[in-house]
Amino acid sequence: MVEALTIVLAVALTRGWRSTLVGVAVAGIALTALVAALGPALTFIPIDALRIVVGALLLAFGLQWLRKAILRASGYKALHNEEEAFREERERAAAAGRDERAGLDWYAFTLSFKGVFLEGLEVVFIVISFGSTQSQLGLAAAAAAAAFVLVAGVGAVVRAPLTRVPENTIKFAVGLLLTTFGIFWAGEGIGVDWPGGDAAILALLGFLAVVSLVLVRLLRRARVSARLIEAEA
Amino acid sequence: MRLPARLARFLYDFIVGDDWRLAAGVAVALGVLALLVAAGVPAWWFLPIAIALLLAESVARAARSSR
Repeated sequence: MVEALTIVLAVALTRGWRSTLVGVAVAGIALTALVAALGPALTFIPIDALRIVVGALLLAFGLQWLRKAILRASGYKALHNEEEAFREERERAAAAGRDERAGLDWYAFTLSFKGVFLEGLEVVFIVISFGSTQSQLGLAAAAAAAAFVLVAGVGAVVRAPLTRVPENTIKFAVGLLLTTFGIFWAGEGIGVDWPGGDAAILALLGFLAVVSLVLVRLLRRARVSARLIEAEA
Repeated sequence: MRLPARLARFLYDFIVGDDWRLAAGVAVALGVLALLVAAGVPAWWFLPIAIALLLAESVARAARSSR
């Protein structure tokens, strides 16, 4: 959401608000329609099969986030720089030609639509995964909407990219949660009896957090050692 | 690129991402878990350990290749 806000602000401040906000609104409607269509459809799938599929997808998706967060935290991958992304986006928006379609600045419309829709798909995926497996789609969608309102509200007030948001820490936490629930649901769907029932989720979360932090520490140490060897050579 | 190909590319990037071995490892781990459960083994410990090993191997490989 923070990345989508950066794109929307950069385009709006460079090309104007009207077409940009129409793009945001159309993307919002498309995402809502996706949740409304896919959510109820999933209720027809047997719960164990649904848990295996959702669990496997959460695992693949969550591990991607966790992997990137670990590599960023240990210095092997550059941290996402929201200020730089904002500056580059503004430069591109200023350089792009003017193309009017349906009374809209087509560049501003398509860019804000794509930014919000593609970033929003991640949110839709999480909403549908968590909502459908717990039969709480409405609650999950409401929580995502609240997060959207919060990010958009802060963005509207500060009118600048949210550079102070500890993005990698948030991605680390989200990666841990997605992977934890992925393990739990996939295991449950396959027929695993988790010791302690739902309380096993906390144990899994703790285990993955410890493993991830150990990996960050080991990678940092390896990086420092490699630099020392390079400096000595 | 045609729309189905673009959609397939998008879904691949969205779900599999940078390291296909990680996604393949998840599929294999779930398959092995299903076999263990079918054989009556209390295998609750298997998936967390398999996922931790997959993650460790993936970040170690990424770190090696970036040096």
